[in-house]
Amino acid sequence: MFDYYNLEPVLMWIHSTMCGLMPEWLAFTIEGIAVGIFIMVMYAVLAIILIYMERKVCAAFQCRIGPDRVGGRGGLLQVPADVIKILTKEIISLKNSDKFLYALAPFLVIMASILTFSCLPWNKGGEILHMNIGIFFVLAASSIGVLGILLAGWSSNSKYTLIGAVRSGAMIISYELSIGLSVLTMVILCGTMDIQEIVAYQENGWNIFKGHLPALMAFVIYLIAGNAEANRAPFDLAEAEQELTAGYHTEYSGMHFGFFYLAEYLNLFITAGIAVTLFLGGWMPLHIAGLEGFNTIMDYIPGVIWFVGKTFFVVFLLMWIRWTFPRLRIDQVLILEWKYLMPLSLLVLVIMTVMKVFGLVF
Amino acid sequence: MEIKKRTDIRSMKYEEFRNNDYLERMVKQLNDDGAGVIVGTADELINWGRSNSLWSLTFGTSCCAIEFMALGAARYDMARFGFEVTRNSPRQADMIMVLGTITHRMAPVLKRLYDQMAEPKYVVAVGGCTISGGPFRNSYHVVNGIDKIIPVDVFIPGCPPRPEAFYYGMMQLQRKIKVERFLGGVNRKEKKEDSK
Amino acid sequence: MNADNIILVKAEDLYNEASRLRYDAKQPMDYLRDIVGMDWGEEGLGALYYMECTATGTRMVLKAVTADRDNAFLPSVCNLWKTAKIKEREVFDFFGIRFTGNPDMRRLFLREDWKGYPLRKDYDMNSNPLNMENEENADVTEEYTLMPDGTIKGKENVVFGSEDFVVNIGPQHPSTHGVLRMRTSIDGENIRRIDPILGYIHRGIEKMNESLTYPQTLALTDRLDYLSAHHNRHALCMCIEQAAGIEISERAQYIRTIMDELQRIDSHLLFYSCLVMDMGGLTPFFYGFREREMILDIMEETTGGRLIQNYNVIGGVQADIHPDFQRKVKEFIKHLRSVIKDYHDIFTGNVIARQRLVGVGVLSREDAISLGATGGTGRASGWSNDVRKHHPYAMYDKVDFREITRTEGDSFARYMVRMDEIMESCHIIEQLIDNIPEGEFRVKTKAIIKLPEGNFSTSVESSRGEFGVMLESHGDKYPYRLHYRSTGLPLVDTMDTVCRGQKIADLIAIGGTLDFVIPDIDR
Repeated sequence: MFDYYNLEPVLMWIHSTMCGLMPEWLAFTIEGIAVGIFIMVMYAVLAIILIYMERKVCAAFQCRIGPDRVGGRGGLLQVPADVIKILTKEIISLKNSDKFLYALAPFLVIMASILTFSCLPWNKGGEILHMNIGIFFVLAASSIGVLGILLAGWSSNSKYTLIGAVRSGAMIISYELSIGLSVLTMVILCGTMDIQEIVAYQENGWNIFKGHLPALMAFVIYLIAGNAEANRAPFDLAEAEQELTAGYHTEYSGMHFGFFYLAEYLNLFITAGIAVTLFLGGWMPLHIAGLEGFNTIMDYIPGVIWFVGKTFFVVFLLMWIRWTFPRLRIDQVLILEWKYLMPLSLLVLVIMTVMKVFGLVF
Repeated sequence: MEIKKRTDIRSMKYEEFRNNDYLERMVKQLNDDGAGVIVGTADELINWGRSNSLWSLTFGTSCCAIEFMALGAARYDMARFGFEVTRNSPRQADMIMVLGTITHRMAPVLKRLYDQMAEPKYVVAVGGCTISGGPFRNSYHVVNGIDKIIPVDVFIPGCPPRPEAFYYGMMQLQRKIKVERFLGGVNRKEKKEDSK
Repeated sequence: MNADNIILVKAEDLYNEASRLRYDAKQPMDYLRDIVGMDWGEEGLGALYYMECTATGTRMVLKAVTADRDNAFLPSVCNLWKTAKIKEREVFDFFGIRFTGNPDMRRLFLREDWKGYPLRKDYDMNSNPLNMENEENADVTEEYTLMPDGTIKGKENVVFGSEDFVVNIGPQHPSTHGVLRMRTSIDGENIRRIDPILGYIHRGIEKMNESLTYPQTLALTDRLDYLSAHHNRHALCMCIEQAAGIEISERAQYIRTIMDELQRIDSHLLFYSCLVMDMGGLTPFFYGFREREMILDIMEETTGGRLIQNYNVIGGVQADIHPDFQRKVKEFIKHLRSVIKDYHDIFTGNVIARQRLVGVGVLSREDAISLGATGGTGRASGWSNDVRKHHPYAMYDKVDFREITRTEGDSFARYMVRMDEIMESCHIIEQLIDNIPEGEFRVKTKAIIKLPEGNFSTSVESSRGEFGVMLESHGDKYPYRLHYRSTGLPLVDTMDTVCRGQKIADLIAIGGTLDFVIPDIDR
């Protein structure tokens, strides 16, 4: 067993030391603020890394080089430059918009994204929000995002944004079904809704191997539906640059637009992160039965590296899809969900239940 | 804080640029007004960010737009400079690249788009038609130069300009942005007689 | 002398005469090529109707004149040819001739509050200063009816009522391929009606032509449809050469044909790129541009220009081909044949692409002819309309090539026609490239070219349809009237027919497959 990198004792030690120095409520407050800042910083850093990755990956697919001038040969400072620019850009207020909702919408989107983000299991004991119905909370929190999109489209008082928002609403609410069902499939397999325990269940083998056929199908369904949830091509109908100029955030400028932009990339990361947690073993290292030496070496690699590595692999898969496929039409998106993915995921759920009951899973 | 006289661009020497006197005049004006060390340093950082992250509004009306597409394609790849993010919504764009003839019917639309953009905003006039009306100067329906409608930062001549010329124009715009001031007074709003 | 044969009809007989020709038993003139408005000064205002029989290829010209300049009326022929509706609007816009019976008599290119009619000879060029007021578009149009007692009655037709949810697509929109504006009435995601509003890039080229000498007029053709720059200029050069009786050398004919076909490949590659981009797939866009750059390199070596080449001149071509030209063209064709499979792999075979294109935006053959939708659009609907086959020019009667036609008439057929035409163009070039004869690339012409009196017209197959030049000369060194048949105007006109009942996303895809270039429409 490997507990080399378990964060829990460290964190407990910090907490008890602080409680010794000050009253417990103060310790909790300080810890809360520290964790909050940590989440924000992580969020921003990851967004920068993801945007840079997207630019380089798409450049590679398109026989281009991508950013290579700002900040050395690799163009490493390109995205920070964008961030500085967007921070100092004017935020336009519209004359005929619903001002309160218009200002609220980007915060709803980013809040949903951050809430989901804090549920990701980074390492053993390295989960920020830990609760025994963790995966349920993830599903609930991520649904707030669509509210922000709908409000953004409605309050901007523009026809393009309205069409984009309605498209997005119809699509995300539909695809939430498939996501929910495929997550439920894995909850049945693991027998728990606690994210850490779902990961712990995969100690002897990742769920995708344990649940073999139904798990694999659930994984594919999850990837498709998750891609749609994150509003990424080929499901980017809500933005649909070529049709609706910029979709629901057409009227947003400056940092308000920046929030939508950041949330898009972080949602991508979260989708991939949840997929890794549910199907690819979270922070569990890769073990191959029978190869003891190999397994021991794998154990020495910290869980956080495993988690981030696997997540970026899934992110890459999703980017690959994005830069290959043309966009679907709204009716095709809904047909895909209601006629194919939803019945299929129900079927997968049934199969998984039967297999679990009869012990046909590894 | 003394502002540097030279605004450097990677891989091109200062002397190889034209119109350096224009920028030197801007620098002189800035130095005359003066600024604190902290404000000046922050300004430099902001200007660095802004000049390296110019997202353009796709505003192609005719031939030059095709060359702009070629600029974005693999051979010329403007992504290298960070210009590749073209926004279709004027709210999110930093500069409007006017690609092609502006006619009387289009002129109010162009003005409106410019007004819709968020500050800081820059205008690049590309091609003979936008600069002066070009070959259509004598027509009854063509605006003889978009500087009659909106303030222009950089002119890129050509019919249509080659992608290399686009780059030169964009670098000039970057240089111009680098000698701006964000905190404490904006020096973009020059008087008419200076902006030749 | 190859002047057009023009049949003069009285204004009041125009409809009956046109109707007789349209439904003639032997050769029905079912394709109205163009309506050219004219201002003959003392004689009055009028229009020339260029028509063609699609079965036999016979062409005819009708001429109708009305003497009353202040209240000019002509009977509309929009019941006979659907394309007449928008063409008559164009004539009204430029000359102020109202057409009785046309349900839509709004201005087409100019602002609704524009004063005067610019292509009339007595138009004051300074009468309309730049107006920076935002333009309001009326939701009603005017229709004029000729009463039996000879009076004219006006009536208003509604374009968009109060129950319509009208979305403005354009003029600044990423997928309208320029500054086209479509007022689109939608019901949810479904399109109910499209009203294209043109003129955002109307540069008045036809008016400018009247004060330019013949060699000077050439310069403006490249800027019409910049993706068919060679074709446009080829048509005008041919027209002037034909009128002046200039024979050009065979070498020049070869070079022109090869350049035309290279241009066609260039344009179709761009079509592919833009269509894919409009449909949301960004990567294939770069593939199309990668090969397009190679063509531009080849052209640049010979002509000196990338997009606008100014290569054809009266009497031949501007410069001889570059010594490496033949070798590079052959290398390029070899390369193109090897990569075109990638194009099909990434896009044509893609399940999403097929879902988006097959069966969407069907245009029937009858509609295509009636609307005058030439080029790949018409051929995808089963209308064999290739000018290169039916009215051969340059070297096209000497080379062997296939006219690509399909019968489905949907977006996918339009797409495949253009993709197959790329290969056919390669085939044409391969037949010519090794056999370019020695000789003059340009025959000497006089410094000032004067054409004899008469009407002349030529047409070529440009990248997106039949491009026509209609020229009236009064024996001067300036043309009296030089009109271009726009390839894109009928295509934009088909949008309303094709898109009704489809989704917004289809509107973009259909617009991509129709492949129009706006500066060519607005001229």
